Amino acid sequence: MIEIDDLTKVYDGTTVVDNVSLNVDEGEIAVIVGTSGSGKTTLLRMINRLVEPTGGRVRLNGLDTRDTPPYELRRRIGYAIQANGLFPHRTVAQNIGTVPQLLGWQRGKIDSRVDELLHLFQLDPGQFRNRMPAELSGGQQQRVGVARALAAAPKVLLMDEPFGALDPIIRAKAQDDLLAIQKQFKTTVVLVTHDMEEAIRLGDRIAVMDQGKLLQYATPEEIIAHPATEFVDQLIGTGERPFRLLSLSTVGEIAHQGEAEGEPVPAGMSLRDAYAECLWSRRTTLPVAGPSGAIIGMVTLRDLEQRAARPA
Amino acid sequence: MTAIASPLARARTPVIDKLGVLIALIVAAAWVFLPFATFKANRIVQGQSRIVFDALPPWQSILLSAVIAISLPVIFYRTATFWRLLMAAVALAVLFIFIGLTAAHLTPAGNTLVRISPGAGFWVLLFGYLLLAADALTRLRLKPLSRIGILILAVIAIAAIMLSGDWNGLSIMKEYFVRADAFWREGLTHIVLAFGSLVAAVVVGVPLGILSYRVPRLRTVVLNILNGVQTIPSIALFGLLIAPLAWIAANVPGAKEIGVSGIGFTPALVALFIYSLLPVVANTVVGLLGVPPSANDAARGMGMTDRQRLFQVEMPLAFPVILTGIRIVLVQNIGLATVAALIGGGGFGVFVFQGIGQTALDLVLLGAVPTVVLAFAAAIVLDALVEMTSVRSREP
Repeated sequence: MIEIDDLTKVYDGTTVVDNVSLNVDEGEIAVIVGTSGSGKTTLLRMINRLVEPTGGRVRLNGLDTRDTPPYELRRRIGYAIQANGLFPHRTVAQNIGTVPQLLGWQRGKIDSRVDELLHLFQLDPGQFRNRMPAELSGGQQQRVGVARALAAAPKVLLMDEPFGALDPIIRAKAQDDLLAIQKQFKTTVVLVTHDMEEAIRLGDRIAVMDQGKLLQYATPEEIIAHPATEFVDQLIGTGERPFRLLSLSTVGEIAHQGEAEGEPVPAGMSLRDAYAECLWSRRTTLPVAGPSGAIIGMVTLRDLEQRAARPA
Repeated sequence: MTAIASPLARARTPVIDKLGVLIALIVAAAWVFLPFATFKANRIVQGQSRIVFDALPPWQSILLSAVIAISLPVIFYRTATFWRLLMAAVALAVLFIFIGLTAAHLTPAGNTLVRISPGAGFWVLLFGYLLLAADALTRLRLKPLSRIGILILAVIAIAAIMLSGDWNGLSIMKEYFVRADAFWREGLTHIVLAFGSLVAAVVVGVPLGILSYRVPRLRTVVLNILNGVQTIPSIALFGLLIAPLAWIAANVPGAKEIGVSGIGFTPALVALFIYSLLPVVANTVVGLLGVPPSANDAARGMGMTDRQRLFQVEMPLAFPVILTGIRIVLVQNIGLATVAALIGGGGFGVFVFQGIGQTALDLVLLGAVPTVVLAFAAAIVLDALVEMTSVRSREP
């Protein structure tokens, strides 16, 4: 879907992005993670040509991005940024309708699309359509920002630290929303963050960048189990490794036959949270409840410990 | 706290209003010590002062004094804003009506040479109560449209007093009756000078501002030149324009026919235009620089062309700041246009300079008062517009 080949950006003799190549498959979430100055944002901005590459090329669906005028290219690619970038002088509906309006959609079609997206992001259209951005909370602004990026149903969505300004609770909710919506629309997402936890939570694959170079591009399991360099290891945090591994799966995935005592945990709970529950409630086994509430099996502390150990 | 309470009820637990103390002192001093009206045997001799009690028949001076006396505690203590505004409105109405009555009282029957004009006391009282009204209006935080509504009410009230003939005996109106045609003609010229130069400055200045914003190197040059121009005294600028404009009138075909000449209307318009450029260009640049970078980035990232970004994002967000520049220009030009009379450009300045030449202060006022009123009204209307165009930013 997105093929990045030998992409390089040089500013005044400083190489900001150095020969980066990576592919993102259709319907995947690729997370670019790195410290500030690692070149991750520049890499992202070269995909929709907000930054013109010094060398290399980007192909979308096999087509070189240089063959399309930048503004046309960008209208086909969703774009959401940290400070949400909402237009302060336009209503929520006008903000969300920006790209459809640029594409020349009919008024009625834009209006129904706006309402559809507001519903999707749990904002009541009647209440929010005509609000100004300054009249929204930070979390609401962020949701409108993502809704705006998705307005013209782009196949590709670029996100530059979209959750950076949110408090932890709202951020977790926003991440869940993004995962649900991405699953629903099969959008290919490239997301930039400095937060490894966010990268592991969201990414199908993670690209770790440092000083303009791509250090490793792999699945979260692979990154945690076999960090390519010392720096990647540091970014994960050595003490965090087992817990990061646990956070990748849910109890529903490993539940097996058996009886267990006490309050059941939901099948969607991550292994990490289940491990915490074991420690907290002094239990070695947990019953697992399916979506209907019926017990579907159990997990043991031993299962969890095995899952937390370094994979072979 | 009740929003509307009787002023006397308030006075029982008196809290002093800081600005009110000052206004009350000004009003009291003007009332007791300063001449309310000036009596002149004819239009150019030195006037004689008449304090309130000499300027009006006894019962009228008692009534006027009563209103002023009642207003003092209302002003001095912290009273409900509504009462302060009402007090100011009543006092101003009484002042305006009674200054007309002084003329009837002081002018000997049948004497057409005598001139009665408002004295220092009237002007200071006017200042004091206007200050009170302005303070009260600020505290009320009225919506822009309400402010324009109050302006219209004030204009209607003043027009009603004028049309009633109450002021006909006052010297300034006598000067007006002698040259009513010229007054309206010069008034029109004044407005054309002020607004015409403003329109030209907007047409040239806004694109120049946009260009300066896009090209930082040009920005420095343009703003420095305009800053330099701004420091040239207005009379000197009029003088400097005589030679080039006279040359154009003489040598460019058709220039003379459309009214270009070394003195008169054209150089006045050109000078005002040049003065207007700095505020317009500078505010356009500042307004555009103030557009949130994230909004610009998002606009680009979503596929707006540079032109779409300019007209859909940058200009709308910069507009209130640009409008503030236009407000500065308009108020400045209404004042500066007075000087245009020096080079035959016309406008209310004609009466000011004639009046100075004839040592007829009343004639000076005939030029100065409408200029001040015009500038004041323009400021109120444009301030309201600035506020109306600013982005709504209410906290959720």
